[in-house]
Amino acid sequence: MLLNVTNLYKSYAGPDGALPILQGIDMALERGETLALTGESGSGKSTLLHLVGGLDQPDSGVVEVDGVDIGALDDAGRAAVRRDKVGVVFQQFNLIPSLTVGSNIAFQARLAGRDDTVWIKKLAARMGLSNQMEKYPEQLSGGQQQRVAIARTLAAKPALVLADEPTGNLDEATADTVMDLMLDLVAETEAALLMVTHSERLAARMGRRLHLRAGRVA
Amino acid sequence: MNARILLLLLWPFAVSAQGFAGLGTGTDGFSTPQQPAIFDFPADHGPHDDYRIEWWYLTANLTAEDGTPYGLQWTLFRSALTPDGGEGWSSPQLWMGHAAVTTPDAHFVTERLARGGIGQAGVTADPFEAWIDDWQLVGDDFDTLRMTASGPDFAYDMGLRAQGPLVFHGDAGYSVKSAQGQASYYYSQPFYDIEGTLTLPDGDVVVSGQAWLDREWSSQPLSDNQTGWDWFSLSFEDAKLMGFQLRQTDGTAYTSATWIDADGTTTPYTDGAFSAQPLSVSSVAGREIPTLWRVLLPDRDLDVIVQAINDQAWMDTSIPYWEGPVTVTGTHAGVGYLEMTGYE
Amino acid sequence: MTKAGLQALLSHWLRNPVQLFTLVVGLSLATALWSGVQAVNAEARASYDAAAETLGEGQFAQITATTGTIPQADYIKLRRAGWRVSPVVEGRLDGVRLIGIDALTSPGGIAPVGLNEGDLTVDMITSGILFATQDTLDQIEDYGVQTLPNPDVAPGVILTDVGTAQRLLDMDGMLSRLIVAPAQPVIQPPLADVVSGLSVRPPQGGSDVARLTDSFHLNLTAFGLLSFAVGIFIVHGAIGLAFEQRRPVIRTLRALGFPLGRLVGLIAVELLVISLIAGAIGVGLGYIVAAALLPDVAATISGLYGASVSGTLQLRPEWWLSGLLIAVGGTAMAAAASLWQLARMPLLASARPRAWAMQAGRGRLTQGALALGLLVTAMLLGWLGSGLAAGFGMLAALLIGAALALPVVLDRVLAFGASRAKSVMAEWFWADTRQQLPGLSLALMALLLAMAANVGVSTMVSSFRLTFTGFLDQRLASEFYVYADDAEQAAALRTYLEPRVDKVLPIQSADQGVRGLPSEIYGPTAHATYRDNWLFLNAAPDAWARIEAGEGAAINEQLARRADIAIGDEITLAGRQFAVLGIYGDYGNPIGQVIVTETTFETLFPNVSPLRFGLRMTPGDVPALAVELRDTFGLAEANMVNQAGIKAFSLDVFDRTFTVTGALNVLTLAVAGFAILMSLLTLATMRLPQLAPVWAQGLTRARLGRIEIIRAVLLALLTAALALPLGLALAWTLLAVVNVEAFGWRLPMFLFPLDYARLAVFAVVAAVLAALWPARKLARTRPADLLKVFSNER
Ligand SMILES: Nc1ncnc2c1ncn2[C@@H]1O[C@H](COP(=O)(O)OP(=O)(O)OP(=O)(O)O)[C@@H](O)[C@H]1O
Ligand SMILES: [Mg+2]
Repeated sequence: MLLNVTNLYKSYAGPDGALPILQGIDMALERGETLALTGESGSGKSTLLHLVGGLDQPDSGVVEVDGVDIGALDDAGRAAVRRDKVGVVFQQFNLIPSLTVGSNIAFQARLAGRDDTVWIKKLAARMGLSNQMEKYPEQLSGGQQQRVAIARTLAAKPALVLADEPTGNLDEATADTVMDLMLDLVAETEAALLMVTHSERLAARMGRRLHLRAGRVA
Repeated sequence: MNARILLLLLWPFAVSAQGFAGLGTGTDGFSTPQQPAIFDFPADHGPHDDYRIEWWYLTANLTAEDGTPYGLQWTLFRSALTPDGGEGWSSPQLWMGHAAVTTPDAHFVTERLARGGIGQAGVTADPFEAWIDDWQLVGDDFDTLRMTASGPDFAYDMGLRAQGPLVFHGDAGYSVKSAQGQASYYYSQPFYDIEGTLTLPDGDVVVSGQAWLDREWSSQPLSDNQTGWDWFSLSFEDAKLMGFQLRQTDGTAYTSATWIDADGTTTPYTDGAFSAQPLSVSSVAGREIPTLWRVLLPDRDLDVIVQAINDQAWMDTSIPYWEGPVTVTGTHAGVGYLEMTGYE
Repeated sequence: MTKAGLQALLSHWLRNPVQLFTLVVGLSLATALWSGVQAVNAEARASYDAAAETLGEGQFAQITATTGTIPQADYIKLRRAGWRVSPVVEGRLDGVRLIGIDALTSPGGIAPVGLNEGDLTVDMITSGILFATQDTLDQIEDYGVQTLPNPDVAPGVILTDVGTAQRLLDMDGMLSRLIVAPAQPVIQPPLADVVSGLSVRPPQGGSDVARLTDSFHLNLTAFGLLSFAVGIFIVHGAIGLAFEQRRPVIRTLRALGFPLGRLVGLIAVELLVISLIAGAIGVGLGYIVAAALLPDVAATISGLYGASVSGTLQLRPEWWLSGLLIAVGGTAMAAAASLWQLARMPLLASARPRAWAMQAGRGRLTQGALALGLLVTAMLLGWLGSGLAAGFGMLAALLIGAALALPVVLDRVLAFGASRAKSVMAEWFWADTRQQLPGLSLALMALLLAMAANVGVSTMVSSFRLTFTGFLDQRLASEFYVYADDAEQAAALRTYLEPRVDKVLPIQSADQGVRGLPSEIYGPTAHATYRDNWLFLNAAPDAWARIEAGEGAAINEQLARRADIAIGDEITLAGRQFAVLGIYGDYGNPIGQVIVTETTFETLFPNVSPLRFGLRMTPGDVPALAVELRDTFGLAEANMVNQAGIKAFSLDVFDRTFTVTGALNVLTLAVAGFAILMSLLTLATMRLPQLAPVWAQGLTRARLGRIEIIRAVLLALLTAALALPLGLALAWTLLAVVNVEAFGWRLPMFLFPLDYARLAVFAVVAAVLAALWPARKLARTRPADLLKVFSNER
């Protein structure tokens, strides 16, 4: 099992005491699987994604990525998991503004020591970014930027791809193109994909679907 | 700390708001004049260090060969900070010299200051010598004197010869200055013939005339309510008159006078016998100062007008006052000197 | 409406307290440094004035005795002869200068004018009172004499009555000198007819002290100005940022119908209030700075020029007013551009902040061009310009040009670094550093100026020290110097000394105009002392030999520059023509100087005979000879100068100067460090979007923090590398341009690599200290805050 989440709890400090967000989530994901995470706004989808990606820490419960309990790791350990095993695509601000598109795409792969220039070239071509490699992120459109973010994530060939409404800022047609690309590439690299989405249409294209309500899996 | 401020503070004559009052009424251990006055000459021509204040005060009415009238003043003041004290620089004695020459249209004045105890100024009685810096009043005895003084714009060198005896004011030299009994020892030599040379910016002038020397010492010359004085020394053909009034805060005056016959016989007059009324004032050094007076001594049928030869005889010294020659007309004619203090 | 507008504007500061803090503190520090230096200057000047008042040396003629003291009996003789003179007794009491005067005879203006009337009592004459500042009074023991503190007496001086002074100094019956009153009687015998052994010295006129200390003050003022410039960079940064961030508010306000004019007015008033507050704080801080520095400055000045400066500070209104003014003026300067922009901004201009600090310098090209223009101007001024104004213009162009060039140069350097980066981290590091540059450039400019000032001033002071001590070696080649009072004594001394020392070198001089410039002509004996020690800046071959042969003369640099005389030119001395064969450095001398050989001198000026002698001898024998001369000839201490003493003294003086400049150096660096700190703190919040992706892709926050520190070190080092040449250029301008224009001689420049290295270390330490807090903050950012970057509202 690539991802195993057991009895996960998370609350935030609210104005009147702790505000429970996640209340006992159980979830698992195999390699090659694609999973859509849906739920109302504020139901805790992003929170769950962050916990799974080692970006934040749960109050209790266990997150196992590739057999490693990331709750037991320190800051450096979690950073290593983020670098080596996970790739994250956010709704926006995914890119490092000071680096060119090319450097951005290669960044995580090089950090993780899996710098495969042939693969990166291929990725960029597939994403239609070949002519944009020397540009800086601010010079790209929103859709282009999201494609760069996806390319960057996949360039490192992570086992687990996490995406939080990656197409939320894009128009429908662009969103579909970006989505197609992502699904194809995830399949090609045999990664697992966990994607948060509001879109029924997109959720329908995923292998499985998990719906959050009141902090639990409905 | 320029000398003027220092002097105003240290000098008992210091002119304060109420006139010549720096002295206060206390005597702080100084001797005070006693009655009857007994003099011992020549010793008493010398200084009396145990009295607070003392002076050798000479004025002269002079005439040049061309008939121009001149006035001349030579004064040495002694003031003691304390009745007894140290030697050398720490001596409490301070000396102040004033010298002036008055012409009908100019008034030359200069001042010297000196510390006692170092030889820069002083008086010895026998042989007589009074000096401050290069100024001196010196002679084998009190009757024959040589007198010199110099300033930045004038100098003089005069010879004096007494033609009569010393005269004593008040009660045989005990001169009362107020109804409260303040008094001084006071005698004069008003009978000097004087001749010599004045050095003035326009050249030397040979002059001759009459001089009057006052000697006075005390420790409390003025009363609290007295603001200043007007002092007259007048010489007529066959007599002389010394009279003064001490102006008081209530507008009245305390007066005193001495009539001096040609042979030196004196008649003292107590308060009220002598009077002096200002007739008109001149603007002098920013003040209004009476320079035309009516002087009365009814007992002698005297009713004269006293007029300044030069209205501007202002003594611009550390302690400023008016002092200059006058002419006298009326029942008696003559010349004299007028001194006025305490005009603010 | 105004109130609502004001509220909207002011709310910005509440939400950005760090910005407000930066603005206020930056302005306060700038004002503090400026007004601190000014206070020190003002206090020193006031002290000279007091000194001049006390002594009145310049304005009156004086009578002195060849024996050193005047018998009091002579004083009385003079007075009784009609000389209006006043006695002065002077000496040292526990190291303090005790002056006794006679207030009754001293000419007006000689004593401190400000003594209170109440202070003058009978005691002053009868038992004695010592008047001095409290500081001075604290330095002496209890002599059983009443003391009276008085702030108007010059520092280091006790004023008292002659009699008291005689008693305390053991000088009964003796006086030090007599002051001659300006008005003397019409009849007066000549001095010599009255007393013997006394001579009149005419009044000396204006005080030399002021002129001599000018160069020191010029330095301090330049330093104060530089410090202020450093501070203004900070203020400029803070104000610019505040304007940018308030653009949305301003647009909204205008959209709601708020008139633009009133808006500009409101902001101006707001800045005025802030600058007044900051100015007040700055003046307060400046007072502290000055109070801390003053004792050292006082020591420096009294050491250098013998002028005493009070060690305590007074709050002079002209001083704190000027402090407030410069704070307001500085703010106005810093805000002018922003206000101008605001006034011209179209209503619908993008409300979104242009990420002000982040934007890659759009105006970089113009800035670079401007910088280049200024640097070229500086060079042209240095090359072609003349006059003090050109010198200062050159300084200004150089400094501003260099500051403007800094970001451009750094950007190129970082770009180069990025292009050579191998690892992904390095690539990101260079790129990210480069992107940070615009936000940090003002702070870095401040650092650049601070360091350049440090390099420049310390190079100048050190060069001055080295030159001057070398010059002393040259000039004071003889081990011992003896001054005779008159020709007779001089002759006797010479005969006495000749068999006792290695060589007696007579020193004789005559005043004469050379090409219309006041100069002194010297005629030294031909001796190895001169050949070995006097180094020429420029000379004809065999210069010394030919001068000794009477073929020509050597002149000092001042004369050469002012009269435009070159080697080989002819000058006329006492009607004879001489070729100029050498030009030598003559530091500190305001007038021209010519050297011919002794025999030539004697034919030119037969009436001058030497009164001074330099003695070549074994240094160890000097003290014994001094005692011998005192006993045999009654020579006063002042007539004998031990070379070793002078040298030790001048070194001591320089070391004190270093204390002051050192303290100012540290302060300026601290201000620059503060600028960096504040810039980093401001950037920190804006930088999260740049850092969050890196973090999300697998970097720990701690590592990011460490990288921030490395970045600060890198930038500080790069800035230091640029500050070094700038500082040297600054020093060169001061030594070779400003000094020549102001004083007529050029100081050689020396380099002090160790000092510069130490300074670079200081700069790096300052940068690390400044980066430490922001880095720590970054390392502790909650993941939730980083994650916020990726979600919605941004
Ligand atoms: N750092 C935080 N501090 C406090 N509350 C937070 C924090 N982050 C999220 N929350 C709250 O937790 C709840 C879940 O947030 P989360 O972002 O996971 O929702 P979501 O399901 O992703 O919503 P959306 O669909 O709008 O993105 C929300 O009510 C949100 O306000
Ligand atoms: Mg969400």
